Amino acid sequence: MSGRVLVGVKRVIDYAVKIRVKPDNSGVVTDGVKHSMNPFCEIAVEEAVKLKEKKLIKEVVAVSCGPQQSQETIRTALAMGADRGIHVEVAGKDYETLGPLQVSKIMAALAKKEEAQLVILGKQAIDDDCNQTGQMTAALLDWPQGTFASEVSLDGDKVKVVREIDGGLETIKISTPAVLTADLRLNTPRYATLPNIMKAKKKKIANVKPADLGVDLTSRLEVLRVDEPPQRQAGVKVETVEDLVGKLKETGRI
Amino acid sequence: MAGIFQRTVRLRAALRHLCPHSTLTCAARPSPADSPFLACGSGQFVASTRKLHAEPKSSPAAAPERLPFSRVTEEDLAYFRKILPGRTITDPDLVESSNVDWLRTVKGSSEVLLRPQTTEEVSQILRYCNSRNLAVNPQGGNTGLVGGSVPVYDEIILSTSLMNNILTFDNISGILTCQAGCVLENLSLYLEERDFIMPLDLGAKGSCQIGGNVATNAGGLRLLRYGSLHGTVLGLEVVLADGRVLDCLATLRKDNTGYDLKQLFIGSEGTLGVITAVSILCPRKPKSVNVVFLGCETFEQLLKTFQLCRGMLGEILSAFEFLDSECMRLLNTHLKLPNPISDCPFYIVIETSGSDPEHDSQKLHNFLEEAMTSTLVTDGTVATEESKIKALWSMRERVTEALTHDGFTYKYDISLPVERIYQLVTDMRQHLGDRAKSVVGYGHVGDGNLHLNITSPAKDPALLAAIEPFVYEWTAGCQGSISAEHGLGLKKRNYIYYSKPSQAVALMGNIKAMLDPKGILNPYKTLPDNLK
Repeated sequence: MSGRVLVGVKRVIDYAVKIRVKPDNSGVVTDGVKHSMNPFCEIAVEEAVKLKEKKLIKEVVAVSCGPQQSQETIRTALAMGADRGIHVEVAGKDYETLGPLQVSKIMAALAKKEEAQLVILGKQAIDDDCNQTGQMTAALLDWPQGTFASEVSLDGDKVKVVREIDGGLETIKISTPAVLTADLRLNTPRYATLPNIMKAKKKKIANVKPADLGVDLTSRLEVLRVDEPPQRQAGVKVETVEDLVGKLKETGRI
Repeated sequence: MAGIFQRTVRLRAALRHLCPHSTLTCAARPSPADSPFLACGSGQFVASTRKLHAEPKSSPAAAPERLPFSRVTEEDLAYFRKILPGRTITDPDLVESSNVDWLRTVKGSSEVLLRPQTTEEVSQILRYCNSRNLAVNPQGGNTGLVGGSVPVYDEIILSTSLMNNILTFDNISGILTCQAGCVLENLSLYLEERDFIMPLDLGAKGSCQIGGNVATNAGGLRLLRYGSLHGTVLGLEVVLADGRVLDCLATLRKDNTGYDLKQLFIGSEGTLGVITAVSILCPRKPKSVNVVFLGCETFEQLLKTFQLCRGMLGEILSAFEFLDSECMRLLNTHLKLPNPISDCPFYIVIETSGSDPEHDSQKLHNFLEEAMTSTLVTDGTVATEESKIKALWSMRERVTEALTHDGFTYKYDISLPVERIYQLVTDMRQHLGDRAKSVVGYGHVGDGNLHLNITSPAKDPALLAAIEPFVYEWTAGCQGSISAEHGLGLKKRNYIYYSKPSQAVALMGNIKAMLDPKGILNPYKTLPDNLK
């Protein structure tokens, strides 16, 4: 086995930022807004780096699909301990319509090219909440998948995955190469320490175009409209119990 | 030697004011070679505790006897209910929480909580109370740490909580005017949407109100960059003790027409007037904020890092805070917050705020590279993302909270020459030995402000006797301030002489007598008992 792990990292609007819908309802405001690595992708990177530290795998490659700024996200992964990065350039209209189907085609192509033993992704992105990329990637590669992983252990050429499911926890054993998606409780991502941040500046990020991988980015989806959730109406304060009963009757509640 | 003589004279004066009938022997205690304080000790006045006013009266921090103010009558309540319908609270359950401070160490017995909405209502209340000789305790967010925000006896609580309107904001000059009851965090959110920020920020932001901030001259995390409220407040509207409304709510950056009265009220802790509106100058929201969390082996290296930081980050530096390994232990144990880096004796939180992310990250990169190669810093991490920034800041901002879980806390907020800051913590640890549970130091090292905290499993009079006046004498020995930003309130009013000469305090008394002849505004606080 190559001992190489591919980790997908997505650049999303930072989860602490207040999201605002564009006035024309075509999407959310992204200009000038703080972005950072998707939290589930951070967990995926952490897991890969942990496997490398345990000497169970040899190399961690961080991949991101997007415009120039995606390189910052890759740098964060490098600072956490990834060895090198691959930036798949997708910009403009293509980036606006980039979704799980296109990304999974890219990941599958890279996984084959890099002869990856494992592909680890976050279970979903916090901007679109799709929860599809990992599953689609596995299907395109015809590889087994361990999704919603809260525990991962390598055992020779097999992987034991404890999955978080509605009924509780499910443990499965799958053979490699495989695709895993990280859930919240898999680990706590480390802070990138200064020595690693300095080292990361010198690590390589390769530039690749989707066409080079033979991937067609056309989307079959069209976003019609984006709206904010309905505003919560303020409550009404009443002075007495009689008032309360009166108001409830007024609004037809009783 | 003249310097030591002056210090001795001041110390003797301080101690005389604290306890006029104690006999003092001035024997020099053997002290470490480099701390020039002279210890004058007497067992008598330090023997008592410093908590609720039910305790023995001889402690300088305990409340004095109740002054002969009138007591609230049904007639008074009828008047208040007439001018504040539905906002005159007498239900004991509702008044209860306003009678106790945030630290839960002082409790009053007020039976009336008033909630005006306008300056006119505040004026009517004070005019009435002044004529009836009723004492009043102005209260904002009740987050103060020196017992200044709650009644001592049955003072009427005048809450500004319902005076929470923003009046105007000029987005060219950045000048904001608002009522005194606006919560600091709400003002921040309002401004951030308009690309500005408040010039001050503190851990209590979710509860504290701007009127209270101004009345206590709150410092906080951004003072290093934006200065104190004495500089950023441009105008105030204040209601005086007799109900007169003083309208100095100018929104001018420059105005040299006569004495600058607002400066009197900033930091007056509600004893000279009730602030009802504030106009404040707000800085632009920085486009690029970075937070760095560093670890140092020694305090000397920490100070050298500060110098390096000032030199290489200078104009973008917006905060420089420190905490020690004991603080980290409390954060790990009580709040389950993990250490972002490896264990070190000292930690620094540095924040930079600038207008260009690329320039700032280049400056930061250069600084960090230098700090690491010169081994001033042994470990660290950087955050640019909002969520990570919040996480790193909470390591510093939540130390106060972690301490409340460790036991009964004795809090000291001291200003010292920057290079002496940690010496006090080390000396205190040595002095207390294992009488204390934890002794921690943290604070705004960039401003020379130490927060020294000591905990014990329960309130311990013997421990308190060991801590005070040791800590105040040590501070006076370096000509520091015994209350850098927390103010005097109830708990520290009698220690004022450790940091101010008697002439100055006497003049403060004159001003108080002039503005509040009946002494109804926040009595028993800020000024020492011996002035009355």
